[in-house]
Amino acid sequence: MIDDTNAKRWLTGVLLGPTTVWFLFMLVLPLVVVAIFSFGMRSPEGGYVASFTFDQYFNLPSRLAAFKNTLSYAPLGTLASLLIAYPLAYYLAIKVNQKWKLLLLVLVIVPFWTSLLIRTYAWIFLLGGKGIPSLLEFIGIEGVRLINTPFAVIVGIIYGYLPLMVFPIYISLEKLDKRLLEAAADLGCAPARSFFQITLPLSMPGMATGCMLVFILLMGEFLIPAFLGGGKVFFIGNALVDLFLQSRNWPFGSAVAITLVIIMLVTVSLYMRLAMGKSTGQDESLM
Amino acid sequence: MTAEINNLPDADIEFRDVSKRFGDVIAVDNVSLLIKRGEFFSFLGPSGCGKTTSLRLIAGFEQPTTGGVQIGGTSVIGVPPHKRPVNMVFQHYALFPHMTVAENIGFGLRQRKPKPSRSDMDKQVDESLEMVRMSGYGNRRIWEMSGGQQQRVALARALINRPTVLLLDEPLAALDRKLRRDMQIELQTLQREVGITFILVTHDQEEALSMSDQICIMREGRVEQLGSPRELYDLPVNRYVADFVGKTNFIAGTVSQVSGGTITLETEKGMSFSGRHSPETKMLSPGDNACVAIRPELMLIGSDSESAADMNTDIALSGQIKNQIFLGEHTEYLVATDIIGDVLVLSPKYIESRHKGFGPGDRVSVGWKNEIALVLEDS
Ligand SMILES: Nc1ncnc2c1ncn2[C@@H]1O[C@H](COP(=O)(O)OP(=O)(O)OP(=O)(O)O)[C@@H](O)[C@H]1O
Ligand SMILES: [Mg+2]
Repeated sequence: MIDDTNAKRWLTGVLLGPTTVWFLFMLVLPLVVVAIFSFGMRSPEGGYVASFTFDQYFNLPSRLAAFKNTLSYAPLGTLASLLIAYPLAYYLAIKVNQKWKLLLLVLVIVPFWTSLLIRTYAWIFLLGGKGIPSLLEFIGIEGVRLINTPFAVIVGIIYGYLPLMVFPIYISLEKLDKRLLEAAADLGCAPARSFFQITLPLSMPGMATGCMLVFILLMGEFLIPAFLGGGKVFFIGNALVDLFLQSRNWPFGSAVAITLVIIMLVTVSLYMRLAMGKSTGQDESLM
Repeated sequence: MTAEINNLPDADIEFRDVSKRFGDVIAVDNVSLLIKRGEFFSFLGPSGCGKTTSLRLIAGFEQPTTGGVQIGGTSVIGVPPHKRPVNMVFQHYALFPHMTVAENIGFGLRQRKPKPSRSDMDKQVDESLEMVRMSGYGNRRIWEMSGGQQQRVALARALINRPTVLLLDEPLAALDRKLRRDMQIELQTLQREVGITFILVTHDQEEALSMSDQICIMREGRVEQLGSPRELYDLPVNRYVADFVGKTNFIAGTVSQVSGGTITLETEKGMSFSGRHSPETKMLSPGDNACVAIRPELMLIGSDSESAADMNTDIALSGQIKNQIFLGEHTEYLVATDIIGDVLVLSPKYIESRHKGFGPGDRVSVGWKNEIALVLEDS
């Protein structure tokens, strides 16, 4: 006789096998390598020399600006995306005619069909001297500088990450039972109030998911600050590109990367705990 | 007609020539009706006949295409739902999933201006919980509640602001039979306790008959008949109503003779049957299509050898029992008669003892007195 539970256990093992192997070799192993590098030294001609020292970590304050920028622009960009994405998602999920809905949703994704690099180049032109500033000049507003400013970086972030924020919110609003709003109105709740009492709390899981996606990806962003920030706004991502590709200081780069991973782990788990506590817990997980 | 309605002081809800269209669909078609204060009123009808739309017109979720709606003597045209003194129990309850049981019930209180004090609200919520026999469940989550409990929460939530009218859209449809019966009794008791108008939507005729003071039978957006359960049962206006309220045997034919209150029909096969003219029905004249309606409990069943005189009836038809359902105090027989097809007979126990019970396949006579037969419009 075949032991049923044993057979099941085997099957589970077999099915999870490929995932486990992938996880170990593609995620854990590189991270271990980076961690080992971070305790090493830079050889004179660049690259890595084995060693065990904390020097790289003591050297971190030299990149303080990058950390500061990342840790302020990532939440700021997330918040800005949220504020822009929410009304859009709300409009798509609740207001728009069923006929147009699909078309508009596709329009939200279309930019994703070309690479962020190319789209960011377009913004260089738009925000640069021949773009919006020259239009402003035309109507009499002179001397406006947009490119290579923090504003340009935020614009780039909102543009690049908007779909990631719109979709989770759209989904949570789309599945919101419209009868709940009728029930609220029936009980004396004016429409504006019922938005804050019903719609907003019930779209919380979507907002939480969107914010997390955008925040995590923003922590590693380097393209937008490099292109639109003109070297003034410098993220950790830029530091890493510089350290690994330009100055070939692998150990220091590794230390910066490991620190970034730790910061992310801490903030994301804090955030998860906060968001989980707030959400209803019913059948709505964060992702 | 409308002037007359206007003079009644105790009118709580009034529809005046109300129509509601959704594109090509006429959901409510020129309805005028009046619901008195403190009444238990039901909208009854098959799916899609406009019951929910009628309720939503009262709640304010829909505005009539034409006609007027009044609540407590004032027009509510253009008044949004949150400003109407009515509350609704939704078909699937529509409880707020992100709030506890107590928060759901207290929702209406929190919308009041000025907002009552915290302790005052807590007290009222506790009283409401007690009213629906859910004390101690205040801090529970909505999805932890069973169907019956959710129904009670919805009821308590809708009643907390003491509306003048409570609207109930098939509130018991999702419950099983036993629980449904219990909740029907609870609803009735509650209505007497709080003394406000209840307007119930249902397509369960038993539910409507057992609970309501007045029932409005709807058909394709129109009011077919409005009256007390007894009126609808005893004096239906037409075949549709008789068929919808209780079980009825129909014999269709053409009116051949009208004399006083008695109308005689001739069936296709040339048989004649007569019955009383229902006072609610429009006058019928020879040549009209009509039907004789006989309630199964007013029919008698006897052994094959019994004649009309033996059974003390005017009509006796012979037939064969096709099916028999024992219902405790009654037995229901389906008899295939030779000339009018299948007939349903409900025979009470005390008569059963007379003929020692019949079984499927037995030849029997069924009979009735002409005075209990109603002649109705055949529509
Ligand atoms: N918002 C709407 N848009 C278009 N048509 C509608 C709308 N609401 C109702 N209708 C139509 O109006 C008619 C009456 O609908 P209503 O919901 O009032 O029926 P009902 O009697 O409550 O039926 P049920 O017993 O199935 O709930 C139906 O034909 C329905 O399709
Ligand atoms: Mg309905």
